[in-house]
Amino acid sequence: MRVEVDQPKCVASGQCVLVAPEVFDQDDDGIVVLLDTEPGAEHEEAVRESAAICPAAAIRLVQE
Amino acid sequence: MTAAPPRRIVVVGASAAGLSAAETLRRQGYDGSLTLVGREPHPPYDRPPLSKQILDGTWEPERVRLRSPADLDALGLDLRLGVPAAALAPAARTVTLADGTELGYDGLIIATGVRPRRLPGCGTPGVHVLRDLKDALALRERLAAGGRLVVVGAGFLGAEVASAARSLGVAVTLVEPSPVPLAHAVGRQAGAQLARLHRDNGVDLRTGTKATGITTGAGRATGVRLDDGTAVVADDVLVAVGSAPNTDWLRGSGLPVGDGVECDRYGAAAPGVYAAGDVARWYNPLFGTRMRVEHRTNAAEQGMAVARNLLDPERARPFAPVPYFWSDQYGLRVQAFGYLRGHDEARVVDGTPADGRFLVAYRTGDRLTGALGVGMPPRALRPWRAAIAAAADWRTATAGSPDGAAEPSRA
Repeated sequence: MRVEVDQPKCVASGQCVLVAPEVFDQDDDGIVVLLDTEPGAEHEEAVRESAAICPAAAIRLVQE
Repeated sequence: MTAAPPRRIVVVGASAAGLSAAETLRRQGYDGSLTLVGREPHPPYDRPPLSKQILDGTWEPERVRLRSPADLDALGLDLRLGVPAAALAPAARTVTLADGTELGYDGLIIATGVRPRRLPGCGTPGVHVLRDLKDALALRERLAAGGRLVVVGAGFLGAEVASAARSLGVAVTLVEPSPVPLAHAVGRQAGAQLARLHRDNGVDLRTGTKATGITTGAGRATGVRLDDGTAVVADDVLVAVGSAPNTDWLRGSGLPVGDGVECDRYGAAAPGVYAAGDVARWYNPLFGTRMRVEHRTNAAEQGMAVARNLLDPERARPFAPVPYFWSDQYGLRVQAFGYLRGHDEARVVDGTPADGRFLVAYRTGDRLTGALGVGMPPRALRPWRAAIAAAADWRTATAGSPDGAAEPSRA
C-alpha cells in the first residue's frame, strides 16, 4: 500500500494525524506531512480511515 | 434478536456522508447490493470549496470531485444520480424515487443533507443561494464580471462569500440582524473580531439590521430593502440565512423527524434505518446532548459510524465525536473543535484578538466543551482538542492560562 497526499488541497484539519499519527504529521501551517509513504499492513485500516474522513479528500491510497 | 445480515442496502444522499457510508460498507466486507441515490446529476463532490476556491476562481469545478471514476467504479454501486428520493415506507422497507422507481432494502442510510433557507423573492433573477455546484458557478460568473453584491446573513457562509467577492474586487454589503455576527456560535469577542475583519477588508457591514425584502426592477433584483427603511442597491443578492434539513420526503413515513432525522446515540432512527451528515440529529454522549452538525468532517465520520453500526447492530458503538469545522476568511483560517453552541463562557486563552491571532476556550456548565482558533497554528489547537475529548473540567483545563498562557493543563 502506497499513500499519496495532495498538499495544495490540504485544509489543515489534522484529522489524519488524530487517526494515524505514525503515518501523518502537520507542518507549522498545519499542512499534512507524510511520515511514511509505504506504511505496513498494521496501519492500513487507520490510513483508510484517514483518507475517508479527510475533509479535503487530499489523501489517496494506491494498491500496488 | 439476531436479524439476518443485510443483502440490500440503500444510501439516500450522494454527498460526503453518503459516499463515506458506502465506502465503509464495502471496506467492512459488505458484498450485497448497494444503491446510492443522489438528487444532483453529479458524482459525489465536495461542498466546502464552493464558497472558497470555486467562487474566487482558484479551482476549476472538476477539482471538487471526491473520488475518481475508477475509485467509484470499484465500489460496485447501483448509482442513481439526478433523481431525488420522494417517499419512504419503513414497514414495507421501500424507498420510492421521484421518477417512481421503488427500491427495496434491508438496511437504509439517510444522508439527504440540508437546503438553503430562502426569503420571499428568492426566485428573482440576480438572487442567489449557495449550496450546490450550480449555485456556486452561477454566482462565480456574476462575481467575475465585477459589480456590487449584497450578502444577507453574516454566518460562516455569508462571511466566506464576502471574502471571496472582495478578493475579486467586488463591492460587498453584508447585512446581519444580530448586533455581533456569529455571537451565538462563537461568542461576542470572537464574533466582534470576525466583524472587524470584514470592515478591514472593505466590506460595508450593517449589523443589527434585517433585510425585509428584495427590490426589483425590469425583472431583476436591484438590491434589498432593510428594516430601517433604507435600501441597499446591488447587482446581485446572496441569501445566506441558514439551512433546513431535507426531510420533506420522509413525511408520512412515521420516522421521527424534528430538526432533522432524530436518531439515537448509534445513529439509528428505526430498526435498520440510520441517518448521517447534516440531516441527522443524534445524541452525542461525549457532550451529553442531542446535536445536528452541518460540518464536512462530521458528515464523513458519521457516515462511517452508521455504516458500521448498520452492519453489526449487536456490537454497535455510540457516535461520540469531537466536532470540527474550519472557515477561510480574508486569508485567515478559523478552526474550531467541540460543541460551541449554547456555551456559558468564552475566554481568550492564547494570542491577542486585536492582532487577529487568538484562541478562545468555551465553557458549558463546568466543562471545557470547545476551542476556536483564528490565525493560530493548528498545533496550538491540538492539546485543546484532546482536553475536550477527555471531557476536561474547565478550571483544570484553563488553570495554566489565566488570561494568556498557552496550553490546557490536563489533570
